[in-house]
Amino acid sequence: MEKIIIIINGKEAQVDKNFTILQAAKSLGIEVPTICNDNRLVPHGACRMCVVEVKNARALLTACTTPVAEGMEINTHSERVINSRKTTLELMIANHPLDCLTCSKAGNCKLQDYCFEYDVTGEKFSGFDKDDLPIDDSNDFYTFDPNKCILCGKCVKVCDELQCTSAIGFSGRGFSTHVSHPFEAGMDYSTCVSCGNCVSVCPVGALMPKEKTKFREWEVKKTQTTCSYCGVGCQIELKVKNNKVVGVDPAMGPSNDGLLCVKGKFGYKFINHPDRLKIPLIKKDGVFNEATWDEAYDLIASKINEIKKEHGSDSIAGLSSARATNEDNYLMQKMMRAVIGTNNIDHCARL
Amino acid sequence: MTNSINEIDKSEVIFIIGSNTTENHPVIGSRIRRAIKQNGAKLIVADPRNIDIANDAEVFMQIKPGTNIALLNSMMNVIIEEKLYDKEYVDTKTEDFEKLVETVSNYSAKVGAKICGVDAEDIKRASKLYAKANVASLFYAMGITQHTSGTYNVMAIANLAMLCGNVGKEGGGVNPLRGQNNVQGACDMGALPNVYPGYQKVVLPEVKEKFEKAWNTKLDNKVGLSIPKILDKAISGDLKMLYIFGENPMVSDPDTKHIEKALKNLEFIVSQDIFLNETGELADVVLPAACFAEKEGTFTNTERRVQRVRKAVEAPGKAKPDWVILSELMSKLGYDCSYNSASNIFDEMASLTPSYAGISYKRLENNQGLQWPCPSEDHPGTKYLHKDKFARGLGIFKPSEYITADELPDEEFPLIMTTGRILYQYHTMTMSGRVEGLNKQAPESYIEISSKTAKILRVINGEMVRVTSRRGTIETRVKVTEIVEEGVVFMPFHYANGANVITNPATDPLSGISEVKVCAVKIEKIA
Repeated sequence: MEKIIIIINGKEAQVDKNFTILQAAKSLGIEVPTICNDNRLVPHGACRMCVVEVKNARALLTACTTPVAEGMEINTHSERVINSRKTTLELMIANHPLDCLTCSKAGNCKLQDYCFEYDVTGEKFSGFDKDDLPIDDSNDFYTFDPNKCILCGKCVKVCDELQCTSAIGFSGRGFSTHVSHPFEAGMDYSTCVSCGNCVSVCPVGALMPKEKTKFREWEVKKTQTTCSYCGVGCQIELKVKNNKVVGVDPAMGPSNDGLLCVKGKFGYKFINHPDRLKIPLIKKDGVFNEATWDEAYDLIASKINEIKKEHGSDSIAGLSSARATNEDNYLMQKMMRAVIGTNNIDHCARL
Repeated sequence: MTNSINEIDKSEVIFIIGSNTTENHPVIGSRIRRAIKQNGAKLIVADPRNIDIANDAEVFMQIKPGTNIALLNSMMNVIIEEKLYDKEYVDTKTEDFEKLVETVSNYSAKVGAKICGVDAEDIKRASKLYAKANVASLFYAMGITQHTSGTYNVMAIANLAMLCGNVGKEGGGVNPLRGQNNVQGACDMGALPNVYPGYQKVVLPEVKEKFEKAWNTKLDNKVGLSIPKILDKAISGDLKMLYIFGENPMVSDPDTKHIEKALKNLEFIVSQDIFLNETGELADVVLPAACFAEKEGTFTNTERRVQRVRKAVEAPGKAKPDWVILSELMSKLGYDCSYNSASNIFDEMASLTPSYAGISYKRLENNQGLQWPCPSEDHPGTKYLHKDKFARGLGIFKPSEYITADELPDEEFPLIMTTGRILYQYHTMTMSGRVEGLNKQAPESYIEISSKTAKILRVINGEMVRVTSRRGTIETRVKVTEIVEEGVVFMPFHYANGANVITNPATDPLSGISEVKVCAVKIEKIA
């Protein structure tokens, strides 16, 4: 890639010619705040948090949409820039409920983080009536609280550009602009397929999963793993509080690029379901009775030995599982072949 | 898949046949839509139903269930007639082209159109679109494989891809979308009656010797029983015991009565699962297993990518990871089995499986996975197969003749029923059926019928009807929709006492797959 020279925060640096200012800053380890930016989306400069000062430019420029140019002099944290970001945040917070004490997003909220970083308290434009719009909870998996929406547009763009469902868009003009769905009939009446990709990218508490267990982001431990539904192999992060999975976030895996479907995002509640099998069961006179592992193993082993002796190894068969891991499957076929002595092993590949 | 999911971005034309991609592999469905929207890729869809992604297609062909080969042969006929095939590729990389020419010569667009119930012009348009692309990819799922002609359907797909030089090319390929998280891995691991891990054949003496040495035991060189044969042998009384792990044939397999009869005829059944499912109810011993979130391991996805599964929570009660249960049981049976971790098992497997030899937990730590074949520790994995030349040398054309489905509609059973999955449920619902929101979206079984069929039957949307095939009768709710054509009906197979009570267990003699995509039924008004 061809390089050019820019001057950023007073220092000369070489960057790729095709970079935006935001990408250039990132490549040099300079952090520029953004709310609406997502590498997978066409940059749209909606949130105005990434504004920077460029010498000889009439106004502050959004770093996410402005390409670098040879000799460009950029200041990412000048006083003018800081003041602009503060005003932007003040304007956002002026019409945003200050309910961080009870908001589930606290600790994982870009607006909260930046207000903290830029010392914005919400007092500057106080005195106006804030929106008091109804919360849309028509979808079975997530809620939409338009009062918390800062109109960054990420949800609309993810639904349109990545998920390609285009269930949501913007309605209204000016101050009454809001994220909506056809005919304002409620999310559940749109073409929404409940993939939750909008929920995963929402930087504030506007789009939130319906989850009964309350948790704070800093309370959960995240573990990256592979989704257990279809064969796409999406990478997910399981969020765990007190040994219970309380949420799923998409990870940037090679096959899913940070996207999930409804089952991957919201279909995790079977894990902690009360119906889960917890103890070995042995059937006696048609009724299952709880047993110890040793009792269960002893019974199975004695049956295997007995049937093998009487009818031969080939009178036993095993069905392995396309739902279990490679290691589980390897051992299952090894047990059937090496220990029981038969190749009668198959699984649900054809179903 | 011969190719990788992210190569969809490089395809000029994408052909989906027998896959309801946006519902069953939604993330791949979105990726295909993105390729259309952002890269201008063109889409061809062939399916018995007017599925959602058909709306994005340049050409959509609503074929009758079970007519895939006629369509594919017809497309190849057009491509050869109009000399649109990749001659250089065919000449230098393949063999038996003449045989293909001979077979497909009987399938003009007109002939294909008649068999498939589509417009001949659409077949021509689709053929040209596919053949003229510099690189075109083909995606299919169970709509291709779950037929008595399943293997030949796949061969027809491979023929079309080779004819246009799309195998061994980035952005092209023959790409089956695997339905279950680790169905690829379970096959790779040798959970099949004829092969050890890595598709090493049980009948080959040198392979048997290799595993006998590694496992320190004597092994059998006869091919074992596949599921349909297991069931038959259970009914005949030759099979006495079945160890079922993570599977629910009472709902997933065709002709439930037949399955039930087979299972009830066994002397002893072990069911190892995370829930007590319909099959577990019939077991003598039930073992509680840890689910994916409670254990370490790996899954191999549809693009051959091996990725980590990590433990996030403790298993409930006394449940244990499957590999722990199996190794403890093996020890009970007197076989020395001392694995101290899942990674230990993986290493043993990799040492015996050439295509996995270069993969280890350490290499998977970066969360990018590795695509097999990955024969050595310094191998980067394989993005797409058959690069430069086919794995066997020359790609061989295996022409397929169209054969009708095992069961065709007749006077008594005048409708063709096809089955499949839906977005909001998964397989036999062991998992998804316990998620409130999913169940609310898709609470019960139903049958899709067209408004014309509804009119003939004098039934309305939401009405309960009786559906009968040669296997039995069920009651279900009518969903009147134009997604299906007159004479064709569809049922999701997820629900117990639903579609699979009446589906056809006739199998493809080559793969052992059942023809759950086509059977003949009648629908009757209840009141």
